[in-house]
Amino acid sequence: MSAFLILHRNALRDALRRFVTSPLNSLLSLLVIGIALALPSAGWLLLDNLKGIAGNASGVRQISLFMALDANRKDLDEIESRLRELNAGEWRFVSREDALEHLKSSAGMEEIIASLPRNPLPHAFVFEAGRASPTDLEQLAKNFSGWPKVDHVQLDSSWVRRLDAFLRIGQLSVVLLGGLLAGALVTITFNTIRLQILGQAAEIEVARLIGATDAFIRRPFQYFGALQGALGGLFAASLVVTAGRLLAEPVGELLALYGSSFVPRGLSLEDVAALTAIGAVLGWVGAQISVSIHLRRFG
Amino acid sequence: MISASAVCKRYPEGLEALRDVSFAIDSGEMVYITGHSGAGKSTLCRLLAAIERPTSGSIVVNGQNIAALRRSAIPYLRRNFGLIFQDQKLLFDRSVIDNVLLPLAIVGLPPKEARRRAQAALDKVGLLEREKANPIALSGGEQQRLAIARAVVNRPAILLADEPTANLDEESAAAILDIFTAFHQVGVTLIIATHDPHWMARRPARVLQLERGRLLGGEA
Repeated sequence: MSAFLILHRNALRDALRRFVTSPLNSLLSLLVIGIALALPSAGWLLLDNLKGIAGNASGVRQISLFMALDANRKDLDEIESRLRELNAGEWRFVSREDALEHLKSSAGMEEIIASLPRNPLPHAFVFEAGRASPTDLEQLAKNFSGWPKVDHVQLDSSWVRRLDAFLRIGQLSVVLLGGLLAGALVTITFNTIRLQILGQAAEIEVARLIGATDAFIRRPFQYFGALQGALGGLFAASLVVTAGRLLAEPVGELLALYGSSFVPRGLSLEDVAALTAIGAVLGWVGAQISVSIHLRRFG
Repeated sequence: MISASAVCKRYPEGLEALRDVSFAIDSGEMVYITGHSGAGKSTLCRLLAAIERPTSGSIVVNGQNIAALRRSAIPYLRRNFGLIFQDQKLLFDRSVIDNVLLPLAIVGLPPKEARRRAQAALDKVGLLEREKANPIALSGGEQQRLAIARAVVNRPAILLADEPTANLDEESAAAILDIFTAFHQVGVTLIIATHDPHWMARRPARVLQLERGRLLGGEA
C-alpha cells in the first residue's frame, strides 16, 4: 500500500477512534446534526408532495375553451388542429350533448333542463397544461381567446396563482431554514474540532516539530467532521423516513376523503445518499474552517 | 551538510539572541554547541531545525536555505533531523511505543514495518521491555532515552540535541552519551547543545562556543 493511502487510512482510523472514545459527545452531536438536517429535508419532502397533490388535482392547470353556439364541425376541426400543433399539454373535446347529459345527472337539474326549449350549452375543449407557470397559463388563455369561433375561455388563474405563491413561499422558507441549519451544522463541527485541537495541543506541537505537514495534522480532523456530518445525515434520513411511515396512513385516508388517488412519496435511496453527502460536505467545511483558524497558533 | 553564514536572530522585543554567527558542519561530524545559559545555544538549535527563521544571514542544510524556504517545505527539511529537546516533549497519553511510532506515522510507513522499526529503536536505547508502559512511569533518564528512540527511528542524517542531559544524574547522562556515540559511529551527524563540561571531557569533539550570541571559535 502506498504511503498516501496509509496516511489516509490512519487519519480515518484516528477519526473513528476519536468518535468512539467520547461516545456521549458524539451521540449528542449526531442528535443535533440529525435534527438540523431533518427539518429542511422534511419541509422539502412535504412541498414536493404538495406539488404532486396540486398537479394531480383536477382544474388546477385546466383551461376551458367554450365555442360559439354556431360553431360547426369545420370550426371544431380547426381548433383540434391548432391544439395538436400547440403540443403544450393534453386536451379533450366535450360536445354540447355530453355537457347537457352531464348537467342532467346533477341533482335537481333534470327538471330545469327539461323545461328548456333547446340545448343552451356550447361545444367545449378542456385543455390540461403540464407544469406551466400561472403566467404561461394566462398567456395560453389569451391566445385561445383569439382563436376563431372561441366564444369564452375560462382559467381559474387566481387559484393557480395562490397555490403557486404558497409553494414558492414554502420553497423559499425551506431554503432559508436549510441555509440556517447548514450554518448550525458547520458551527457545531467547528466547535467540536476546536475542542479537539485544544485537547490535542501537545500532540500537534510535537508532530509539527518532528516533520508533520499541515495536511497530516488536518486530515484526521477533516475526516472526523465529514464522518460526523455523514452520520448526522443518515440519522436525519432515518428521522424523516420514520415520520413519513407514521404519517402515511392518516395522510392516505385524508387524501381518499378528497377523492385523490395521490400516493405521497417518502425519501428515496438517492435522497438518503444526498442527505448523507450534504452532511459530510458541511461537516468537512466546518472542520476545515476550524483547523485553518486554530492550527495557526502552532506556527 | 550544514553551513551558517552571518546569522543574526533578533526578537521583536529587541533581544539579539545571535549575532553574525558563521560555521560549517560536515556530514558525519560531531559538534558541541556550548556556552553559558542565555548564550544562544537553544536559539541556534531552533534555527538549525527551522523552528525559527534567522533575522538575517543564511543557514543551508543539505543545500536548502532555511531563511528562504517555503513554509510548506519546512516539515520535509525537519525530517532530516532527529530532534531531542531538553523537556523531551513526550506524549503522556500514549504508550512508549506509540511515542516512537509517531514519526513513522507522519511519513506513512506500513504498520508492520513501522512497529518493527520502533521496536528496534527502543531496543537500541534499552527500552524494549517497557514498550507498553506510559512514559510518565519512566525515570528521567529513561524518558530521555525514549526521546532519543523517537528521534532516531526515522533514521535521520542529523541528530540535534538541546541540553539532552539537563536534570539527569551522572550515570543516566553517561548512558545517554554512550547512545549518542553509538549513533555517531555509524555515520550520523551529531550536534549537541550543552553547558556540561563532563560531556566534552568524556567524548572530545569540535566545539562551537557561544557567548552573548556571538561565536567565539571552534576546535577540532
